[in-house]
Amino acid sequence: MSKQFKLIKCNINGKDVEQMVDVRASLTDMLRNDFRLTSVKKGCEVGECGACNVIIDGECYNSCLYLAAWADGKHIRTLEGLMGPDGELSDIQQAFIDEAAIQCGFCTPGFIMTAVEILESGKEYTDDELRKLLSGHLCRCTGYENILRAVKKTMLQRLGKAQ
Amino acid sequence: MSKQVGQSKTRVDAFDKATGRAKYTDDLCGKETLVTRIIHSTVAHGLVTSIDTEEAAKVPGVVKILTCFDVPNYPFATAGHPWSLDPGHQDVADRLLLNRHVRYYGDDVAVVIAEDEVAAAQAARLVKVCYEEYPFVLDVQKAMEPGAPQIQENYPGNVLAHSQYRYGNYEEAIQEPGLIKVEGWYDTPTVQHCHIENHLCVAHMEAGRIVVVSSTQIPHIVRRICGQALGIPWGKVRLIKPYIGGGFGNKQDALYEPLCAWLTTQVGGRAVKIDCSREETFVSNRVRHAIRTHIISWVRPDGTFAARKVEAFSNQGAYASHGHGVNAKGVNAFPQLYPCPNVEGDAYTVYTNRPSAGAMRGYGIPQAMWAGESHIDDVAKALGRDPVEYRRQIVMPVGYKDGFSKNENYFDTFNQIMDKGMKAIGYEEKRKAYASQTGPVRRGIGMALFWYNTAVWPISVETSSCRMVLNQDGSIQVQTGETEIGQGCDTAYAQMAADAVGILFENVHMVSTQDTDITPFGTGAYASRQTYIGGFSIRQTGQILKERILNYAVELTRQTRANLDLIDGKIVRISDGRELMDLGELATTALYSTTNSQHITAESTYQIKNNAYSFGCTFAEVEVDIPMCKVKLLNIVNVHDCGTLINPQLAEAQVHGGMSMGIGYGLSEELKFDEKTGKPLNNNLLDYKLSTFMDHPHLEAEFVENAEPTSPYGTKALGEPPACSPAPAIRNAVLQATGVGIDEAPLSPHRLFAAFQAAGLL
Repeated sequence: MSKQFKLIKCNINGKDVEQMVDVRASLTDMLRNDFRLTSVKKGCEVGECGACNVIIDGECYNSCLYLAAWADGKHIRTLEGLMGPDGELSDIQQAFIDEAAIQCGFCTPGFIMTAVEILESGKEYTDDELRKLLSGHLCRCTGYENILRAVKKTMLQRLGKAQ
Repeated sequence: MSKQVGQSKTRVDAFDKATGRAKYTDDLCGKETLVTRIIHSTVAHGLVTSIDTEEAAKVPGVVKILTCFDVPNYPFATAGHPWSLDPGHQDVADRLLLNRHVRYYGDDVAVVIAEDEVAAAQAARLVKVCYEEYPFVLDVQKAMEPGAPQIQENYPGNVLAHSQYRYGNYEEAIQEPGLIKVEGWYDTPTVQHCHIENHLCVAHMEAGRIVVVSSTQIPHIVRRICGQALGIPWGKVRLIKPYIGGGFGNKQDALYEPLCAWLTTQVGGRAVKIDCSREETFVSNRVRHAIRTHIISWVRPDGTFAARKVEAFSNQGAYASHGHGVNAKGVNAFPQLYPCPNVEGDAYTVYTNRPSAGAMRGYGIPQAMWAGESHIDDVAKALGRDPVEYRRQIVMPVGYKDGFSKNENYFDTFNQIMDKGMKAIGYEEKRKAYASQTGPVRRGIGMALFWYNTAVWPISVETSSCRMVLNQDGSIQVQTGETEIGQGCDTAYAQMAADAVGILFENVHMVSTQDTDITPFGTGAYASRQTYIGGFSIRQTGQILKERILNYAVELTRQTRANLDLIDGKIVRISDGRELMDLGELATTALYSTTNSQHITAESTYQIKNNAYSFGCTFAEVEVDIPMCKVKLLNIVNVHDCGTLINPQLAEAQVHGGMSMGIGYGLSEELKFDEKTGKPLNNNLLDYKLSTFMDHPHLEAEFVENAEPTSPYGTKALGEPPACSPAPAIRNAVLQATGVGIDEAPLSPHRLFAAFQAAGLL
């Protein structure tokens, strides 16, 4: 085996996996091509749009800028990992549906994963803070309005402050 | 009977998109798919004299390199227009799959096909292209000057087209004594659609035909263009459109599908993918036409117009694409909004050495409203009138009819939407409060109107086809030739179909993937026609299906046809309202009956010979920091009359997205080019200032619902309209705040600096 490939072990959506990766491949490539996790979208591949966002050890990353080789030993979560064991949607997925925060759907997975990071912080944020926290993602369809509604609603629900 | 139209139903595709299961083009590619890298021109204008691929071909993994010297010689047009049977109205066929005569920095000259992306990229860097460089021109009016570089053959002065109209007698009318002349030049920038999914397509051969899966808005049209570009019968191409990550008009063009279709034929039918990078999407797909508009109004002291003149110069870029249609639409929209007996209009569409401009949300109307609505505020200022109060006097009156499109203004919509917008933003108080400010930071409030033509009749054919198939359980599949591109038409169609047939929304299954082998013929997603146009064929087909169901029910229920109805999926006896049979029972019987088996389906085409005015406005409140040359948008409200809302929640969401695009148009977005080389300077999402979450305030979307009389569901345009009026409303708010009208969009700090300096504010 040439130096071009490396065996990595990581945990993806709760499952331990081993994968031989091209050391030049991005995590986006690995998740999409090797694991068929198609929620990880490619919109720019240089960290500008946020469509490929996943959670690595509890923190959001644009997976297009993260080498697959670096995933060794990491816990990675993608949108596919949010669904419950019996196929139930997470609250934030349901909120995106209920608030019409989804249009073409291409930015949706990345946004939802940042929302998960926000929600799991357990903090209550102002609208301005939420806008800043979500600003690493670009969307051309929604004007961000209903995405804000979905994230805010879920945040307040989780904090027991539902309006 | 429960009516589904008018309810905020959840999108039919929301679950799949919220779980990442919705499959887009790239998600459907197998590992065996070959990848490509296109070699783009590095000069703005020139002739490829030679291409050396020897070193590149040695890179391991390279399958084939094809160049502009290899492509078939079938010039083709790319615009996503329905084919015209009249040669005089066919789109301009001015490009080949790869071009030896390169006409912009980024033109396509060669392509590497390889087994993996690294090999493709390495090989692409080793391809040596030699050019004979020609002089180039980027500015639309300079391109028209004598001696300007000629970009396409047979277009003297680079003028792709010039159209004009003359109503009344302008020259005579301006002789009237006492007229006030208001004149301005208004510029809009080159911008890009920036759908988050870049355009990509993949082609392979199957059973002797080419199958192309593409991120497109117009599968049937692209199939035809692939056939034309390859010089093969159109039936030899099958086009499949899965979910697409936004289009906004860029994908209303044949982009790389024709090249991709040809490439697979060059590698024995193996699957080949063309996957545009973001940088390529900005430059080598399509952009919005930058249009420079000159308006003169001759106004009487009472505010009425004696005469008006408009000239618009549209920067087409290198290839015709949608060409003159865009500028013609904008200039032709001028006489209606503020009618005047003496009007002259001239629209010029001019080739330059910029990226090709095509369709983009609003199709010339955002440019026209930027010019026209900025100008009306300039007129109001010259007269000392309030912009809203003045517009009420001069705006298109109720009962106004357009001779060409037969459109009619049926309601007092303009006053209704302005009333609603004023109330929502607190116009009167704020306008008064901001009337005489001094100091470095000032606020202002402004507004703009628009009108928009829903569909394209009578300019081209408007036809819609629909198919409905009844399942054993009483549910139906619905297919239309109109395409879901993210805007939500599948959901609106399911609501309409449910009402047309008489079943529940949940029992309508929309077939979202379009496949030219299976989907009824249709011209795809463009204009703001989907809901309006689709509604005709859905209702007609639904009625046919219902009729077939009820005819079948006659024997099963022993009732006369006239006494039967289908309500919420039940066969109902009209005379006493009794539910006689569930539709599922009927459908199962119909399929499996040993005496009278029928597969109940319906399919029909409806040709629409109507169009509809859609109206709306934006109110915007800004804070301008004069020394910093910065505009902060504080509040913004859009009010639309798109007829009856099919799905209020999705309609609101549609407006949000259009407002966001309009705000970017007014404040930040502009694709820039190096004057010395023609090279694009900011073709990436970092340097091209697309609005982010931080860049706009709450987006307020409101509606006035005057049911459109020509539509079976009372609906008309909403897709593009929200992007038409925000930019001039912001410009007019800055005008109130500072007294300075910025006539060139976007209102970036360097433009404000120049304008404020000229006005003595700095």
